[in-house]
Amino acid sequence: MPANKQLRENIRLMQGNEACALGAIKAGASFFGGYPITPSTEIAEYIAREFPRLGRYFMQMEDEIASIGAMIGASMVGHKAFTATSGPGFSLMQELVGYAAVAEIPLVIINVMRFGPSTGLPTMPQSGDIMQARWGTHGDHSIIALSPSSVQEAYYTTIRAFNLAEQYRTPVIVLLDEKIGHLREGFDISQDPEPEIINRSDFVDQAALAQGGKYLPFANTPDGVPPMIPLGQGQRYHFTGLTHNQAGFYTSDAQQVETFIHRLCHKIEDHVAEIAELEQLQCADADCVILAYGAVARSAQEAMDDLRQAGHKVGLLRLKTIWPFPAAQIREICAGKKMVLMPEMNMGQLAVEAKAALSGSGVAFHSLNQVNGRLITPAVIKQALLENQAKLIGGAC
Amino acid sequence: MEAVYEKYFRDNLPHIWCPGCGNGIVMSALARALDKLNYPQDDVLLISGIGCSSRMSGYMDLNTVHTAHGRALAFATGAKVCEPRLKVFVVMGDGDAAAIGGNHFIHACRRNIDMTAIVINNSIYGMTGGQFSPLTPTGKRATTAPYGSIDRAFNLVDLAKGAGATYVARGDVFHAAQLTSLIVEASRHKGFAVVEAVATCPISYGRYNNIPEPADMLFWLRDNTVTVQQAAKMSEDELKDKIIIGKHFETQAVEYCEEMARLLAKEKAGDNNEI
Amino acid sequence: MKYEVRFSGTGGQGIIRCAVLLAEAALYDGYFAAQSQVYGPESRGGSSQGEVVIKDTPIYYPKVKVPDVLLCLSQEAYNKYAPDIAADGLLICDSDFVQPDGREGETVRVCRLPMLEVARDELKNELSANVLALGVLVGLTDVVSDAAVHKALANNFNSKLLPLNLQAYQRGFQMARGQADK
Repeated sequence: MPANKQLRENIRLMQGNEACALGAIKAGASFFGGYPITPSTEIAEYIAREFPRLGRYFMQMEDEIASIGAMIGASMVGHKAFTATSGPGFSLMQELVGYAAVAEIPLVIINVMRFGPSTGLPTMPQSGDIMQARWGTHGDHSIIALSPSSVQEAYYTTIRAFNLAEQYRTPVIVLLDEKIGHLREGFDISQDPEPEIINRSDFVDQAALAQGGKYLPFANTPDGVPPMIPLGQGQRYHFTGLTHNQAGFYTSDAQQVETFIHRLCHKIEDHVAEIAELEQLQCADADCVILAYGAVARSAQEAMDDLRQAGHKVGLLRLKTIWPFPAAQIREICAGKKMVLMPEMNMGQLAVEAKAALSGSGVAFHSLNQVNGRLITPAVIKQALLENQAKLIGGAC
Repeated sequence: MEAVYEKYFRDNLPHIWCPGCGNGIVMSALARALDKLNYPQDDVLLISGIGCSSRMSGYMDLNTVHTAHGRALAFATGAKVCEPRLKVFVVMGDGDAAAIGGNHFIHACRRNIDMTAIVINNSIYGMTGGQFSPLTPTGKRATTAPYGSIDRAFNLVDLAKGAGATYVARGDVFHAAQLTSLIVEASRHKGFAVVEAVATCPISYGRYNNIPEPADMLFWLRDNTVTVQQAAKMSEDELKDKIIIGKHFETQAVEYCEEMARLLAKEKAGDNNEI
Repeated sequence: MKYEVRFSGTGGQGIIRCAVLLAEAALYDGYFAAQSQVYGPESRGGSSQGEVVIKDTPIYYPKVKVPDVLLCLSQEAYNKYAPDIAADGLLICDSDFVQPDGREGETVRVCRLPMLEVARDELKNELSANVLALGVLVGLTDVVSDAAVHKALANNFNSKLLPLNLQAYQRGFQMARGQADK
């Protein structure tokens, strides 16, 4: 090591949870309602320290149900609200996740996923909330869930979660693997110090309102997302978890109910192409593609590099967005490949969707599942890929 | 009164409440209270839970939120902390506030956050057809207590006081003018104010407990309520099964939003969100 | 270049802080670094393990696979982690609290130093043993620069605690160099 080496500037060692907290601050979050739970607590602690200095509101609530209730209240009066939780807490929130979906409340839940079910292994990882994020509440609605793979990405993903929540009037869930939440690595935002920040007010046509246009808080707009004016700003309207008409009042009219539920689903599902982000690494010439997300994608990338060096044509398709599930994009990218291998730290939650996306495409699909509280290693992925490849008629990747 | 209706109600009545229900009396007491308080309607936030009484938010021309069962106070807390300028009223039923929402209720009391919580206590889950609640007196019948409830009931006044609420009153729907005054006083109080409004449910409570006629339920209220002042002079035996109405408790304590403002003022280092 | 380090000991010894300091220094030196740990439910007592991967290319799998260096401040940690060490690796352990029994393998270089004793008796602060151990590690391996460690220490300790920790680091560094000269 040279004695007078120039030390690197613009770099910090940062934990994934801390990066989420910083991302929320950057995104303009002004209310945090939370309840302590491993392995997410560093986020609450960071926000408890920083929010008062920024003139923003941190509240430790009596439980996770109160946390999301308070977030919804804060968001209704115009604040960007978020919380940090983990599996058991996320389970408690589910009823009000449904409320927020139906009342179209922007909010962000950072779910640092731990091993379950139940108390499980509180400090160990599992991508166990993939389906809970999508289907945890009763009834039909869509949702947005994002999955970062690094500390730096956790920061930008959190900002994007707030942006998407504001733009689509929906709860957005950041599904952070415990391994990323507690990982410390280099953080350098000098390349993109001022990311785009979206606010719900960007979508409100103030001019039309000034001309006496009637504000319909749940209007059937062409893109499916009605603009949101916070309560207490002169538009006296009504929120309810009951099925409601465009003005916000209860209705059981068959036509209106059907239209409403379709809009709730389509306002997100129709925008998959804009919402879903996928990263392709060496997919173009690959015979075999590893489909992965979160912390496991890092192991997959190392496995891919090793396999490439050994002459195997392997690519990595990394999902930065879990929901809405980008089935069409995956099908298109994987068209003509011999095999897709999907490693997950669960019993195959997202593999269900991936398999469906690839059905009939002629691409062999294999799921690799590990549920032992440990991050899947590159060696395990390599072995699974080589074994499955050997079984394929037509030979090597 | 006509003017009060015109001003505070939306054009979506009739309401869903049964004939003889006490909820309408509480709603009109709230409307009269708002008229006396004279807050701009744009600055009033009315948040309700789930149940018969909680449909009230849909009828009143205010900023209104019909939340989820038991969660009204949680929603209200987030909204009030972020926008302390809003005048917040929370309407809940007895099951809503004291059973499923009991945790939020005691913690809202503990924080002493400035809002008025009106708990409409008809001693029963009315919307689901008459199941006993934590405020159903022991021995009273319900569809889920066909032999009489064996549960002990909460005394909501004692619960609120014990949990830290700084204004606690109880009114009832027979004494509607007093109920209005209590709501006015509660709203003017700085801190978490609880007004229990004892109400009548002839369909789901009265029918099972030998008072099926709406008028009889009101007479029953008339005959079984005593004021705080009267109660002070009565023995424990005389007070058995009596409903004590009026202001039970008021004190001054640090209010949550003011404390939050103090913390923010103390820690504020300028709007520096650089990382 | 790839370098994997595992720090192990008893909860409360500052094991994870030690790993954080090394990872941070590596970043300042221009490397990629990933630091992680295994937590038990205890804040104090129990075994504690912190690890660092340092590379000159991006780190994907962030965990240590085969440690090049293993630091053990307790017998329990030694018993658990010593068999994992690389064949040409380095084992640093406290000479009073750890009795190696050879499970690390014959080819592993072993350095035993009275780190906890020096921290307690010379520096009058047993809690500085972690930073002293970091000094030993850097002194023996040169995996990061002295300047980078100084910057990391300054970033992690307030002005009241910094002098003691600088002293602990330097003392450990000297102990290592003395050992290396032998």
